[in-house]
Amino acid sequence: MLEQILIQTINGLVNGMILALVASGLTLIFGIMDVVNFAHGDLVMLGAFLGATTMSITGNFWVALLVAALVIGMFGALLQATTLRPLLGRDPLMTLLATFGVSLVLQKYALWQWGPSARKIEEPITAQFKLFYLEYPWYRIATALMSAALIGALYLFLKHTKYGIWIRATTQDRVMAAAMGIPVPLVHTGVFAIGAGMAAMSGVLFGPLAGVTQTIGADFTLRAFTVVVVGGMGNLGGSILASMFISLLEAYAALVVSPAQAVIVSFLALILTLLFRPTGLFVPTQR
Amino acid sequence: MLTLADVHTYYGKSHILHGVSLEVREGEVVGLLGRNGVGKSTTLKTIAGLVRPAQGSVALDGREIGGLPAHRLAHLGVAYVPEERRIFRFLTVMENLRTGLDRPGMTDARRKELLDKAYRYFPVLAERRSQAGGTLSGGEQQMLAIARAMMLEPKIILLDEPTEGLMPRMVGQIREIVDVLHAEGVAILLVEQNVPLTLEASSRCYIMEKGVIRHHAPSVELRRDHAVIHTYLGV
Repeated sequence: MLEQILIQTINGLVNGMILALVASGLTLIFGIMDVVNFAHGDLVMLGAFLGATTMSITGNFWVALLVAALVIGMFGALLQATTLRPLLGRDPLMTLLATFGVSLVLQKYALWQWGPSARKIEEPITAQFKLFYLEYPWYRIATALMSAALIGALYLFLKHTKYGIWIRATTQDRVMAAAMGIPVPLVHTGVFAIGAGMAAMSGVLFGPLAGVTQTIGADFTLRAFTVVVVGGMGNLGGSILASMFISLLEAYAALVVSPAQAVIVSFLALILTLLFRPTGLFVPTQR
Repeated sequence: MLTLADVHTYYGKSHILHGVSLEVREGEVVGLLGRNGVGKSTTLKTIAGLVRPAQGSVALDGREIGGLPAHRLAHLGVAYVPEERRIFRFLTVMENLRTGLDRPGMTDARRKELLDKAYRYFPVLAERRSQAGGTLSGGEQQMLAIARAMMLEPKIILLDEPTEGLMPRMVGQIREIVDVLHAEGVAILLVEQNVPLTLEASSRCYIMEKGVIRHHAPSVELRRDHAVIHTYLGV
């Protein structure tokens, strides 16, 4: 039993890191634009497909990761400029419906372009190590580490660079940021591009762990939303902690019930959070 | 330098400014007086590009700037210090100042010069440079808001109620800051409830009522003209 718990702890942390990579983009976008991006998971899906295609051409996983991040990042910028920028400052319901529409379009596009059968991305690292009675793939550990590194890079970017300060200032006070000469519309587009690029990278990293189909997006959207709400909307650190919390919760629940039923636990956490602490579980009292 | 001619501004359907005309010359301190809700703050927001004028002209050095986005105006030399100060609470003092320094055409040397100047005028900000803006006292936040505006090397600073809610000791300090800015050659359009302070700090004053300018006179005259002050401001 102890061995199983340890294995599930590792599984939970690995899944949590990938989820955190998706959720940090989502929460960044919400924090700065008040836009609930329903198409976020579909950017993960598009990234995964694009990664799979690039990989079948180049045969190189790392090139696929880079191409997916750049192309989907640019696509995200285009998406923001055409569908969300005109809606800025309107009723949040409008942007919610708009991104929901975009989500449907992207899913159907993927179905049309890549077909209904699952694609597999070959993992770049095939070695395994002995974890009690299991042969555990190193790739899973590498995914968690790469996700952590990417989130770390985002943090350093936000903390120390000129554009990071622009993003944080705009998140706190859009009007005053503009009055200080910060090109707010450009910052919004940039943040959306960063979020989209991170989503695409999560898709490529996640690709080898499960098949890539046009429906993985919806699943990621749902899970990312759960952690963003549990972590406190717009709060980056909170979303990362909540990703870990929810994924560990699901992993431990899978010891008792089937993995499909274990997902229920995360929604239970979501409902309880909304009932008793709607501002989020991992929010410092200051914000 | 800054000229408003017949400016009309709306918030949704409510008509706030009914044709405001005023002028601020280079390096001049001009007061804008009036009771609450007559449109003083809206006038400043319109100049700063935060509210779009529906009609009329706003010109800076002869160039029409009405309707330009706020961030362009900041680069053209219009700095805005709002009533609520609106410093970035979760950014450090240094980062707050940096928001005005990372603009096109800046050099590292110039950046350092401007920062040094801000810290020289406001030594307390130098002490607290790594502290989050939200942890500063009201007076320190006001200093930060003004120092942040100075980072833009503005031609004109729009100062909205800088002494509101400050301790009397701080009010004197704000007064000194206005004089310092004036000495630097920056023009100031000052909106204040504190009439004596405004009349002392400014060379001319406009008095607003119900969205229009009702009276305009040199501050020296207004200091003696108690009737006008009483009629429009009730003090």
